[in-house]
Amino acid sequence: MKNFFGWLGHNFLELLQELGRMMLLFIQAFFWLLRPPFRIRLFLKQMEFIGVNSLFVVGLTSLFTGMVLALQTYYAFRMFGAETLVGATVALSMTRELGPVITGLMVAGRAGSAICAEIGTMRVTEQIDALTVMSINPVQYLVMPRILAGFIMLPLLTIISDVMGIFGGYVVGVQLLDIHGGLFMNRIYEYVELADVYNGLVKASVFGGILTLVGCYKGFYTFGGAEGVGRATTQAVVMSCVLILISDYFLTALMF
Amino acid sequence: MEQDRYIIRIEGLTKSFGTFTILNGLNLNLEKDRVNIIIGRSGGGKSVLIKHIIGLLKPDKGRILVRDRDIVPMSEREMAHVRREFGMLFQEAALFDSLSVEENVAFPLHEHTSKSYKEIMTIVQDKLAGVGLQGMGSKMPAELSGGMRKRVGLARALVMEPKIVLFDEPTSGLDPVMGATINDLILRTKDEFGATCIVISHDISGTMKIADNIFMLYEGKIIVQGSPEEIKESSDPVVRQFIRGEAKGPIQIN
Ligand SMILES: Nc1ncnc2c1ncn2[C@@H]1O[C@H](COP(=O)(O)OP(=O)(O)OP(=O)(O)O)[C@@H](O)[C@H]1O
Ligand SMILES: [Mg+2]
Repeated sequence: MKNFFGWLGHNFLELLQELGRMMLLFIQAFFWLLRPPFRIRLFLKQMEFIGVNSLFVVGLTSLFTGMVLALQTYYAFRMFGAETLVGATVALSMTRELGPVITGLMVAGRAGSAICAEIGTMRVTEQIDALTVMSINPVQYLVMPRILAGFIMLPLLTIISDVMGIFGGYVVGVQLLDIHGGLFMNRIYEYVELADVYNGLVKASVFGGILTLVGCYKGFYTFGGAEGVGRATTQAVVMSCVLILISDYFLTALMF
Repeated sequence: MEQDRYIIRIEGLTKSFGTFTILNGLNLNLEKDRVNIIIGRSGGGKSVLIKHIIGLLKPDKGRILVRDRDIVPMSEREMAHVRREFGMLFQEAALFDSLSVEENVAFPLHEHTSKSYKEIMTIVQDKLAGVGLQGMGSKMPAELSGGMRKRVGLARALVMEPKIVLFDEPTSGLDPVMGATINDLILRTKDEFGATCIVISHDISGTMKIADNIFMLYEGKIIVQGSPEEIKESSDPVVRQFIRGEAKGPIQIN
C-alpha cells in the first residue's frame, strides 16, 4: 500500500515537472512570436498541415458522431414524445462539447504525432543543433509557428466539425427517422445560443495549443535514436489526448 | 601579441556524461588562420570537444575563450551572435531532410543576408561545384550517399564564408580522390578567405599533408601537440602507436 502511494506520488511529481518544462517552452515560443524575423511561409505551411490536411478526417468523424447522436437520442426521446428535440440535442452537444473534443483528438492523432516525429527526428539527427549553429533559434523556427497554427486552425476545424455533426444529425433524424424537418431546425435555433458556439471555439483553440505544444515539447527533448522518436511520438499522442480531456472538464466548468 | 595568435583558447575543460568523464581538464590553444587538426581515438571525445567550442554543449568546468571572450556564461542570444562567425560540418552532416540540396546550402544565406534569389543561387551553384556536386541541387538528402551528404554539409558550412570553420571528420567515408579534393578545399578555405580551420580527422596521411598544427586527444586531455613533423618524430608511445596504426602498444582496446 505504501509502495503504491509512493509510486503514485513519484509519477505525479514527474508529471508536474514535465508540465512545468512544457510551460517554459510555451513562454519561450510566445516571446519569439513577438521578435523578428517573421517567417510567414513557415507559418502558412503549418496552417496547411495542421488545418487543411485535417479537414477530411475531422469532417468524416464529426458526420458519424452527429449521426449516432441523433440515433441514440431519438430512441430515448421517443419514449416521452420529444423527438423534435433531437436536433437541438445534437447541435448543443456538438458545439459545446463534441465538436472541439473530436477535432482536438483527431488532430492530436494526425498532426500532433507528426509534429513530434518530425521535430524528434531533427533532434536525434542533429538538425536542431545545425539550426542553432547557424544562429537560428530552433524554438522560433520550429516550435512557434506550429503552436500558433494550432491555436488558429483548431477553431476553424471545429466550425466544420459542428456543421458536419449537425448535418449528420439532420440526415439521420429527418431523412431516416422521419422527424419533421422544420421543427428539427426550429428547435436548434431556439435552444442553441451563439455563446455555445463561441465557447466551443475557445475550447478548440486551447486544445490546438495543447496538442501542438505537447508534440513540439516531446519532439524537442527526444533522445535515443529512432526508438526514442517512436517512444516520444506515442507519449505525445497519449499525453495530448489526456490533457485535452482533462482541460475540457475545467474549461466547461469555467465557461458554462 | 601572444594573445592575437590564438583565436580560441580552452582552459581546464571538464565534461562528464553521467559517471563517464569524457574531457578531463583539457587545455587547448588554436592558432588563428591555420589548419588545426585534432586526432584521437574513436569515442575519445573529439566531437564533444568541438561542440563545446561552438556552445552546443556547456562544460562542467573550465573556460572557452573565443577571441578572448569566455563563451561559457553567455546567454543563447549572445551565443547566436558569436556563432555568426562560425561554420560547422557535423559528423553525420545534419542536413535538413525536408529541404533539397540547393535549399540546404542556400539556407544560411536566405536567413542572414538580403541577397536576391538569383545571387544566392549563383553562390550555391559555385559552392556545390567546389565539392564536386554540380547538377545535384534539386536532389533531396535522402537520395544521396553518405559521402555526398557530407559534401553538401561542407558546402553549407562554408557558404557564409565564416572566419572559423569546424569540420567533424570531413573526409571519412569518401574515396581517396574525393578525400584529397576536400583536403584541398580546406586549404583553399584557409588561404582564400583567411579562415581558421579546426578539423577532426582519422585520416593520418591527409592530416600530415594539410595540418599546420596537430593535437592529439587522449583520455580527456591533449597529450601532444605540434607540427606534422614534430608529431611524426614524437617519442610518445601513444602517439607513435596511433599514427602508425598499430594494434600493439599502450592504447588498450577495452
Ligand atoms: N549526448 C551525450 N550523452 C551521453 N554520452 C555522450 C553524449 N555525447 C557523447 N557521449 C559520449 O562521449 C564519448 C565521446 O563521444 P564523441 O562523439 O566525442 O567521440 P569522438 O571522439 O567524436 O568519436 P568518433 O571518432 O567515433 O566520432 C562517447 O563515449 C560517447 O558515448
Ligand atoms: Mg565524432
